[in-house]
Amino acid sequence: MGNLNALVAVSLIYVAFLFGVAFAAERAAMRGKGNWLRLPIVYTLSLSIYCTAWTFYGAVGNAARSGLEYITIYLGPSLVLIGWWWGLRKLVRIGRSQRITSIADMISSRYGKSNLLAVGVTILAVIGTTPYIALQLQSVTTSLSAFSNAPSDSQQLSATAFWVAGGLAIFTIIFGTRNLDANERHYGVVMAIAVEAVVKLFALLAVGVFVVWGIADGPADILQRIEASEKTTWEINGGRWAGLIFLSAAAFVCLPRMFQVLVVENDSEDHLRTASWAFPAYLMIMSLFVIPIAVVGLDIMPEGSNPDLFVLTLPLASGQEGLAMLSFLGGFSSATSMVIVAAIALSTMVSNHVVMPIWLSSSGGGATVSGDVRNVVIISRRLSIAAVLGLGYLYYRLSGGGSALASIGLISFTGVAQFLPVLIGGVFWRGATRNGALAGLTVGFVLWAYCLLLPSFGPDVLLSQSVIDHGLFGWSWLQPQALFGIEGLDPLMHAVLWSTSLNAVIFVVVSLADFPTPMERLQGAQFVNIFEHSSRTPSWTGGVAKSEDLMIMAQRILGAHEAQSLFEHEAYRQGVSGLLPEPNAEFLQVLERELSGSVGAATAHAMIAQIVGNASVSVQDLMAVANETAQMMEYSSQLEAKSNELARTARQLRQANEKLTLVSAQKDDFLSQVSHELRTPMTSIRAFSEILRDNSRLSNAEKRKYSGIIQDEAIRLTRLLDDLLDLSVLENGQVALSHQVAQLGTVLDQATTAALSGAEGALNVVRTGQDNVSLRTDVGRLSQVFINLIRNAQKYCDAENPELRIEVSLKEDRLRVDFIDNGTGIPSVSQEAIFDKFSRVNPQRAGGAGLGLAICREVMNQLGGEISYLPGQGGAAFRVTLFAPLSLAAQ
Amino acid sequence: MSERSTAVFLERQTYRRRRLIDWLRILPLIGLGLWCIPLLWSKGEGQGVSTADAVIFVFVVWLVLVVLSAFSAWALQALESDDKDATNTGAR
Amino acid sequence: MGKRVLLIEDEPNIIEAISFILSRDGWDVATHSNGHDAIDAVHARAPDVVILDVMLPGKSGYDILSELRADTHTQNLPVLILTARGQSKDREMAERVGASRFMTKPFANADVLNAVKELVAP
Repeated sequence: MGNLNALVAVSLIYVAFLFGVAFAAERAAMRGKGNWLRLPIVYTLSLSIYCTAWTFYGAVGNAARSGLEYITIYLGPSLVLIGWWWGLRKLVRIGRSQRITSIADMISSRYGKSNLLAVGVTILAVIGTTPYIALQLQSVTTSLSAFSNAPSDSQQLSATAFWVAGGLAIFTIIFGTRNLDANERHYGVVMAIAVEAVVKLFALLAVGVFVVWGIADGPADILQRIEASEKTTWEINGGRWAGLIFLSAAAFVCLPRMFQVLVVENDSEDHLRTASWAFPAYLMIMSLFVIPIAVVGLDIMPEGSNPDLFVLTLPLASGQEGLAMLSFLGGFSSATSMVIVAAIALSTMVSNHVVMPIWLSSSGGGATVSGDVRNVVIISRRLSIAAVLGLGYLYYRLSGGGSALASIGLISFTGVAQFLPVLIGGVFWRGATRNGALAGLTVGFVLWAYCLLLPSFGPDVLLSQSVIDHGLFGWSWLQPQALFGIEGLDPLMHAVLWSTSLNAVIFVVVSLADFPTPMERLQGAQFVNIFEHSSRTPSWTGGVAKSEDLMIMAQRILGAHEAQSLFEHEAYRQGVSGLLPEPNAEFLQVLERELSGSVGAATAHAMIAQIVGNASVSVQDLMAVANETAQMMEYSSQLEAKSNELARTARQLRQANEKLTLVSAQKDDFLSQVSHELRTPMTSIRAFSEILRDNSRLSNAEKRKYSGIIQDEAIRLTRLLDDLLDLSVLENGQVALSHQVAQLGTVLDQATTAALSGAEGALNVVRTGQDNVSLRTDVGRLSQVFINLIRNAQKYCDAENPELRIEVSLKEDRLRVDFIDNGTGIPSVSQEAIFDKFSRVNPQRAGGAGLGLAICREVMNQLGGEISYLPGQGGAAFRVTLFAPLSLAAQ
Repeated sequence: MSERSTAVFLERQTYRRRRLIDWLRILPLIGLGLWCIPLLWSKGEGQGVSTADAVIFVFVVWLVLVVLSAFSAWALQALESDDKDATNTGAR
Repeated sequence: MGKRVLLIEDEPNIIEAISFILSRDGWDVATHSNGHDAIDAVHARAPDVVILDVMLPGKSGYDILSELRADTHTQNLPVLILTARGQSKDREMAERVGASRFMTKPFANADVLNAVKELVAP
């Protein structure tokens, strides 16, 4: 028993080593240093979980019993990988872009996210895989007992199996549910199984090399031994040969654990390129020494020894304990890696499609769950792993570890091969429907169970001998191994043929007759046209990636700035550093509300559900929708801008039109005024000139008087014309100013003199303030203004003793000259209008045409000053303001 | 290589890639065909193919497939990764 | 004693000219020079014909005419509108408010005289 103890010690060290590898890989991946974890060769090696203990030990046994047939199990997968461009590439692309977590998820996703389908696939996968796990446990215990070379009692074997199952459960729970990533990738596990792949290949090679060159005399001797063995010629059943190639190819894709490593754990599509030749090479090397070992084993081992254990017993028999130990580790590796991955794959399916739906509906409404569901998911995963391994152990215990298990490998293959029609149809045929898939799978599995699984337990265990012999209900065409009376077929091939073909036929026929739901049609288009929908490398980094996707989408709908500030605000509120908040329920609600403002509530809900929930529509599609929305919104905002512009233009036009109308009215008014002002003096002139002409008997005094009137009116007419011309020149800005330097006092003096000369009324002009200011201005124009103001006072001041005060004041840089008379002034209603053309406050006393003040205002504008009426001064008061006088001459 | 003009160059590269993908699709069918040849072997005493020959046949086919597959995968990568390399491999 | 003419006009020289022309022909000419109380002047003087300016201080000639036409005593009183505003819209306005004649300034003396005569003659 010393051997056994050493073996157990080595095994424990090996297990500890695997833990270390997995742990290191997880750590490296978490620190982002795990580039070596993503090497194509790691992916290729991880595929080697296809080679379980059943193939490690069983292939030799199979070869010893049936010759070359064993090799078909490796030929199928080789063809699948060599033909990667056909199917695997598409599966991997779909798996990555649709975030597929398992084969059940894949199938349910494709068929409109049907949970019924997912549950069905899960249950069938569990049924198909549990015996297989039991088989692995059995292989470990039998190899252990073979090694110890002592016939152990079944109690002890069971205990060993229990400890192996328990240890595997712990390993799987630790590294399989360490983190809950959306991408379901387990770096530690993958790395550990890659290492195990190397160990089992090396172990088998070592045994093979020892057998070929240690026991036999090299390849030539081996070939001779083959010729000398019982099966000298090709005697393989053709149906089995082709059928097994097909079956193994189907199983390679459909086995839950294979789907897990092929699709779910895939890190990059490019890895397929390497695996496409490297994995067939691996399988080739794995199977290279199977025949030699079998032949030599049959030669030298005693009659009746179990050929399944030749890999172990040959070295032992030759006294090579170290080699035997390596061989044991190879078998142990094959068994454990398969169990671990199968447990992960099954637990994902069970947890996602059975436990979680039940938990969500039992915890009161799935949508309102706001707490941390992640914990629930992890716990459910862990329980599922324990349950799967527990089931495997239970099956091992119940089956008694007998020979019933030996055939379970191919039975299991046939079971999972039922997924193939649905999988291929879903990926390549848009017309495939959920009902078709359900019907096909049901038929396939019923036939599989009836024809293969139930009879495999032996007569009268689950299926009575009479049913096997005479068919169900005694109907002979329902014989499990001769359906429809077709006899003579190999039972396995019989089951494979009927189950898969009827499965496919029913699936196609029901699909053709069915009409898919919108979701199915959408998903169908997504899956079948995956290469038109997805980019090469969608981002796959879990929660943050989701936030990023949401961000991209939100930016396209809300605009970059709004989206960024919204996300930043939410991140701040969550206390998360950086710009991307956790996509928790609260944030999603806020985001959805924001988005619904832009695209409507239903669309926003669907979009977010698609990105965050089980991504049944690809992100790219949503992007397309978002882009379209953004484009439409941009277009409509452009239209809006244009219509705003048009409205603005129209408003401007309307204003311009109003202005023109006003100007036109003013012009009419002006012309009418001018006409009136011209006609009035002309009337007098014409009337009196006619009187003078027609009345020869006028007195001299009359003649003089009338002539005087004519002259006055002529002068008035001339002055009016002068004023009009002057105003026209001033208004058009055509006036030529001649600036000179002058003293204000002097200008005022001259203006007063000019204004009062020839006037009959006696206006008293009083001057106050400092008028010794020197100015640089157009003196002529300035005095024109002064004269006008003085004359106005002279004309309109109605005081008994009219007096005009001229006050000069200097404030800061302004020179103010006020003209204030002692009359009644101008009524406040008219004060606004007095500077308008032809405005006369008191027409009866008007001497002019009412253009004087209008001219004054224009002049002051030209001189850079202003003139205004100064209310509240008693009489009429005008203020002339000049900016920036040169200096005070007196100083 | 005569093609220095970019247009011809790209045309040729795309064409090479398409043919290479055709080849990738054909390869597994060739493998399947070859591996199904044993079905045609006549069975019976003495005149059948010996097991040793069958073993050698299956493994040789296997090896050839692996080598061809490896070469195709390498050529495809070369075509996709670098234009200049693609010229050489594409001229295969 | 000739027929009475009331001249409502604010321009002194024109008043003088028209007064001269009509007086020479034997008319009894009264004058009034603003719009405020022109109606009162019409009632007070009871003229046979009125010569009315339009641009009057206080009230426009048109307003005065409409008021005269609204009053039964004066609704048939001949009124000659004599204005310096000679646009067609002024003529239309005058006709609308009921002017008996419309003449623009400047005028030929004889035309004014003839117009006044025609208005008084039945």
